[in-house]
Amino acid sequence: MTTTALSRTWKKPPFIKSPLVRWTLWLLAGIYVALAFGTMDVDWGRVAEGVPRGQKFLASFFPPDFTGRWAEILDGLNESIWMTITSTVIGIAISIPVGLGAARNLAPKPVYLACRGILAVSRSFQEVIIAIFMVKLFGFGPFAGFLTLSIATVGFYGKLLAEDIEDMDPGQAEAVKATGAGWFQWLNYSVQPQVLPRMIGLGLYRLDINFRESAVVGIVGGGGIGATLNTAFDRYEFDSAAAILLIIIAIVMVVEYTSGYVRKWVQ
Amino acid sequence: MLRLDKLVKRYRTGDLALKGIDLDIPDGQVMALIGPSGAGKSTLIRCVNRLVEPTSGQVRLNDVELTTLGQGQLRKARRRMGMIFQEYALVERLTVMENVLSGRLGYVGFWRSYFRKYPQSDIDEAFRLLERVGLDHMCDKRADELSGGQRQRVGICRALIQDPELLLVDEPTASLDPKTSRQIMRLVCELCAERKLSAIINIHDVLLAQMFAQRIVGLQHGEIVYDGPPDGLTPEVLTQIYGEEDWEATIEKVEDEDELADSDDEPVDGSADPQGPELDRDRLAGLT
Repeated sequence: MTTTALSRTWKKPPFIKSPLVRWTLWLLAGIYVALAFGTMDVDWGRVAEGVPRGQKFLASFFPPDFTGRWAEILDGLNESIWMTITSTVIGIAISIPVGLGAARNLAPKPVYLACRGILAVSRSFQEVIIAIFMVKLFGFGPFAGFLTLSIATVGFYGKLLAEDIEDMDPGQAEAVKATGAGWFQWLNYSVQPQVLPRMIGLGLYRLDINFRESAVVGIVGGGGIGATLNTAFDRYEFDSAAAILLIIIAIVMVVEYTSGYVRKWVQ
Repeated sequence: MLRLDKLVKRYRTGDLALKGIDLDIPDGQVMALIGPSGAGKSTLIRCVNRLVEPTSGQVRLNDVELTTLGQGQLRKARRRMGMIFQEYALVERLTVMENVLSGRLGYVGFWRSYFRKYPQSDIDEAFRLLERVGLDHMCDKRADELSGGQRQRVGICRALIQDPELLLVDEPTASLDPKTSRQIMRLVCELCAERKLSAIINIHDVLLAQMFAQRIVGLQHGEIVYDGPPDGLTPEVLTQIYGEEDWEATIEKVEDEDELADSDDEPVDGSADPQGPELDRDRLAGLT
């Protein structure tokens, strides 16, 4: 490097090249945010009233009462766990063929489109909406909850399985194909080893989600611990409700830690 | 034994990768296919076992026309063509043994392969091959625990356990260091001689091609521009294949590096012959 050379300046090129477009976009975004806040009508009087009411409400949660409604809590928990496990198993079982069909590098175009369609439909509604629908169809109780969570699991697991298959290393798949393996042998020897660890992890994650969702689904009539929680609120038994909430938190934490551990182990 | 007739491959993007290749490979011949990147070397060998579907032309393996076979027959035909890959292409989360046995997938049924209950004869052969390449003690290691040279040797076992007549070898040394590259090339050539296999070896390294192959075919823009013995690669020929460059150094180096490798491989008695059949197990196992 010679010292006589002029030093050239360098700046990171902006994401949007034209300065006019860039600044107009900023301006529009600013105006929109200002307007959005402007339409939000906050009644400070009601906020002031609500704060002490909230304090009273929270205070009635303590001390949590585990014993008063223990039998009902146990029933609800039982139902919830049953719902969680069956819906996870069935949901994953259904999502494997759908996920295989929804992977572009495995399936021909028509199968791909059909399977992507199934996934899109089952993902487009939130669990609560499906649950309301299922309760209308099959009546109150855990069966409606089970169906809801199964459908949600298919959407979640099938999509992630398909994406994981699409991301796999084509070299390994090609090598197994070159040996003259059949399609199922090829799946078993080249696709499965590549996606299995992540899929086990996601299965456990889904188990954890399904347990949490089982509480929400119960509130709209899908049975389980959610139904028990809803009853407790309806009867103003906030101390029992607090006990239920604490139990849900504890179970979610247990599942969370075990799934983290198992995921590390299967890698 | 392998005969390509006016083989053409046009990719869907419109690129003409192979422009009517005619090629005849007799029994037991090790042929090196050289040429710049994008010349169509990979496409050519993948058209043989139809990992890439040829657009037109014929591929005959012992009088079986491969380009028109249905799926079932294609699988049967693929069993007779072992393939060795550039990045080894081992299934990383399977064990060494599973990877080797996967070469038998074309012969065993689904449930047998699913439960890993292979016939004893397959398992014996797998151990024989692993022993031959010095890796039998590694059979339960996961493939991703091995070094590059070791992985490629597992890849070779996987190809050979298919009991192939032809080896398709795609850049076997591209991800290996110079010494391991030679060991791998030597191993492939020795095994071909032992089992009387023909082989097509795609290779970037002109020196290695000259050292180990009996015949060299130069490919450029999907056309054969050279077909002859290794010592026919003059600077003019290399310029024709790769383009203008000072080739004198490349060609001269062949002899220099040969001597260098000898002294380096076997410092004690200096008796190593790069093409010799004697194999040092430790050297092969990547321990030196």
